[in-house]
Amino acid sequence: MPKKYHIETKPVPPRRPRTGKYGIVDWREDCARCHNCVKKACVYDRHREEQAYIRNLNDVDALFFDCMGCFSCVQECTKNLLRLSINPAYENLGNRYWTPEIIQTTWLQAETAKIPVSGAGYGGRFSGHGFDGMWTDMSEIVRPTRDGIHGREYISTAVDIGVKPSYLALDGGTIVTDIPQLMTLPLPLIIDMVPEKYTQPALEAVIAATAVRTDLVAVIDSRKWPVAGIDAEKHLEHIALYFDASSLLPGREVLGATRLVEIEGAGDVTKRMAEIREINPGIVIAVRVRLDAGGIGRAVGLVGEGAGVIHVVADDNGDEIGAEKPRFIKEMVRELHTELIRKGLRDEVTIIAGGGIALPEHMAKCIICGADLVSTMLPLLIALECHLCHTCEAGRPCPAKIGEITMEYGVGRMTNLISAWHNQLVELMGAMGMRDARRLRGDVGRAMFFEQLEEETFGKLFGTRKRA
Amino acid sequence: MIPGNTLKTRVPQFVQDRTVRPAPPRYRNEIGKYIILRDEEKCVLCGRCAEICPQGVHVRKPGYKYFAEPKSHLCFGPRCEKKGTYCVAACPQGALRIDENPMLKALGDYRWPAGMILATWKMAETGEVPPEDYGYELETGDSGGGFDRMRFKFPDKPSHDIKEEDIDTGLELNRRNDGRARIRIDVPWYGGGMSFGSVSNTTQLSKARAAVAWNTFTCTGEGGYMERMRPYDDHVLTQVATGLFGVREETIQRVPIVEFKYAQGAKPGLGGHLLGDKNTPAVARMRETVVGISLFSPFPFHSVYSIEDHMKHIDWIKHVNRRCLISTKVSTPTDVDMVAVGSYFAGTHIVHIDGGYGGTGAAPDIAKKNIAMPIEYAIPKVHNFLVGEGVRDHITLMASGGIRNPYDVAKAIALGADGVIIGTMEMVSLGCVRCGRCSSGRGCPRCIATTDKKLIQKIELEWGTQRLINTYNAWRNEIRRILRRLGLPSVAALRGRSDLLMHLDYTNDREHTA
Repeated sequence: MPKKYHIETKPVPPRRPRTGKYGIVDWREDCARCHNCVKKACVYDRHREEQAYIRNLNDVDALFFDCMGCFSCVQECTKNLLRLSINPAYENLGNRYWTPEIIQTTWLQAETAKIPVSGAGYGGRFSGHGFDGMWTDMSEIVRPTRDGIHGREYISTAVDIGVKPSYLALDGGTIVTDIPQLMTLPLPLIIDMVPEKYTQPALEAVIAATAVRTDLVAVIDSRKWPVAGIDAEKHLEHIALYFDASSLLPGREVLGATRLVEIEGAGDVTKRMAEIREINPGIVIAVRVRLDAGGIGRAVGLVGEGAGVIHVVADDNGDEIGAEKPRFIKEMVRELHTELIRKGLRDEVTIIAGGGIALPEHMAKCIICGADLVSTMLPLLIALECHLCHTCEAGRPCPAKIGEITMEYGVGRMTNLISAWHNQLVELMGAMGMRDARRLRGDVGRAMFFEQLEEETFGKLFGTRKRA
Repeated sequence: MIPGNTLKTRVPQFVQDRTVRPAPPRYRNEIGKYIILRDEEKCVLCGRCAEICPQGVHVRKPGYKYFAEPKSHLCFGPRCEKKGTYCVAACPQGALRIDENPMLKALGDYRWPAGMILATWKMAETGEVPPEDYGYELETGDSGGGFDRMRFKFPDKPSHDIKEEDIDTGLELNRRNDGRARIRIDVPWYGGGMSFGSVSNTTQLSKARAAVAWNTFTCTGEGGYMERMRPYDDHVLTQVATGLFGVREETIQRVPIVEFKYAQGAKPGLGGHLLGDKNTPAVARMRETVVGISLFSPFPFHSVYSIEDHMKHIDWIKHVNRRCLISTKVSTPTDVDMVAVGSYFAGTHIVHIDGGYGGTGAAPDIAKKNIAMPIEYAIPKVHNFLVGEGVRDHITLMASGGIRNPYDVAKAIALGADGVIIGTMEMVSLGCVRCGRCSSGRGCPRCIATTDKKLIQKIELEWGTQRLINTYNAWRNEIRRILRRLGLPSVAALRGRSDLLMHLDYTNDREHTA
């Protein structure tokens, strides 16, 4: 059996008090001090832990802690003094897209590296915006059309990045096609740049070390290179330097050691690619394209001009950039994928899609929509206990004190999260009966879309859907 | 025809009547929709509030000067105003205030909002759907789709020809006419699989006794067949799942229905998972495994590559138990319709489709929301395909995965199911708040889905049984009311009548052919 992709993990506890979903409001002044205090009976011992914590506390956040929301103490207190509420600090986490649920589950995974498990079925909305409007399929009975019986250990999440010739030219049994460089990642994920608006101290060293530990690649702005505190020789293989149209290219000592480089999809891209290939002929070059109104057209055009890897990037929420009624990354990737198929170019290029990739299922769903792999950054930032409060944008100190993290903490948390994502991708692929992430690309037959199911099912029963 | 082996091992069967009896909540402080605040400085203790309130919210115990804490959970809130029994308006001192209970925000979720949980608790206590005055949202949740956006098109004037007590809520489970038992249950649902280990003995036995009372079934899940379940054999459906935990010939021979579990809605495509904490010595003995390790049931059946392989499985069970019916439980992939037809041709009597949003046990969060389609899509898809294949009347279609109340039951049947399978409703009846911690540490803090010795003792079997019997009664009565309003004499007459439904997001101008 070939060597399996495996990420070594160990628990990395949070530095700060957890922001739990629930808080117990305790009206202590009427307490009867009875012998059957419900606080002692808490199945999770939360009241006792909380008391111990508060004694050493300088932070009001800890007033709301790790209550599980079971209501047992609320309903059993002899004087009915306890109330359960949603922690307002929890409700303030994140934003419309990066919901408190997403932030909390990311923290949990970054701490434990485990797949989040809970009981009582699904309690969320029927469907929703973006990736919430699609479901992945599963294979009920093993069928020859699918990958057959296999255990999790046989599922490969590896993908290739680079130009893929559609045919090989042979001359008397010798391949005469100029075989372009192709690199393989063990997970369909690259770590993207930290958006400039998040102005906390430089995280590039932590990100680069995480990329090494997870055997992935991180995109780092060339203006931030060299990164202090890391061994360039060891890390460059896992770094893709990004050059905007005006950046100067480094010499062979840098570009010769990297496998992937990313350039801005503006200006004379063909010339830029030629310059890079002159320094390192074997390097894989990705062209970064902003998904604004003309993004898809530019991406298709760049493929026509010879770009072999396109990295399309929507905004943080996965929305089209600058549009009044933005399309979501899911729809834009489907359109790009379909357009490249129509032009007969799809199999020759690699599409990396970024923006709005917040959960591991987004990785699978985006690939089903047509990407080869995805890029993301914010979940890794959240793994460091970022609340997405944007305080740093205004130049104020980060409440999560991300500037004070240690290398061990940062790399550990990010690695744990990536490991949990990998395991969850394997779960989804196992359910789908898929053995290879490469085959997931554009396979919309492995997914069900809300609009389609509604039309096929309820459309036949109830007429035309009124609500978009 | 009962195999000889069954006769030798058969024990006297338990008898349980279905009488509704009060089963008050087992917690001291009940949660209500409203809270009542009394300004002690303004109150002159005139007692007007206690006189006017028909619900007995305001209580001054004999011999006491001051009022006890108001029984807020009985309060109808501002609805009383129209009836002239509004204590807030009647108080001459303006000392009372009624607010919505802010704690409800922390109870429940989009699919099971607080009002639905409180209504289910009330049904479990009283055996009836709570009066509208309570303001509980029993009929729909807040999920924004599926059942929550469907409504029945009730005629303006319901038929007076049909009496509620004459409406037939029974369900035939064997439609194959193959010489096997013709099993009929009295309500159009039975209990879903919850294995020994995933829930407490008390929970499992309460479910069994309620099934006996209502002449329906409960399911062992795949954790094995407890000896103490034998007095309920006639109302037990046992599972053969992919892990084959606890499957023995003698247990197969005990029961009237055997179910093959291919997948389950809570984690479609992922198999089963009992966390190590719940694998106690008793559970391990039953499952013939090692204490404390997590137990995985693989996915899928590694001996089934085709419908023909499935047929071999069915033949095996039919041979072991010559009288039993076969149920095939699958989840809801794109091709669930073809799987259902294939199962029919393989010889199954019941096809059980379990939608992606259901389940009671521990499951990876990624699976709950993202894999397989919701049951609302799967039911009409399977029903129509079975009709098209000409086999619809020869197979029983049971649906599960998000059936929360009697309206969901009726909607599922109108969409094309014959009946439904329930699970969460039973848990909520026993006091579940859907905190989702069934899998953590000692298990369920509400003492339902736990194997912890101390926690188990907090629920008494008689109480649990009565709560379920009561909820069953409330559901049966409400379904009868729905059918009477629709002018239908039986649950069977509702099957596939999607023309009686409307969807709030659609034009509803499609012409139906019933």
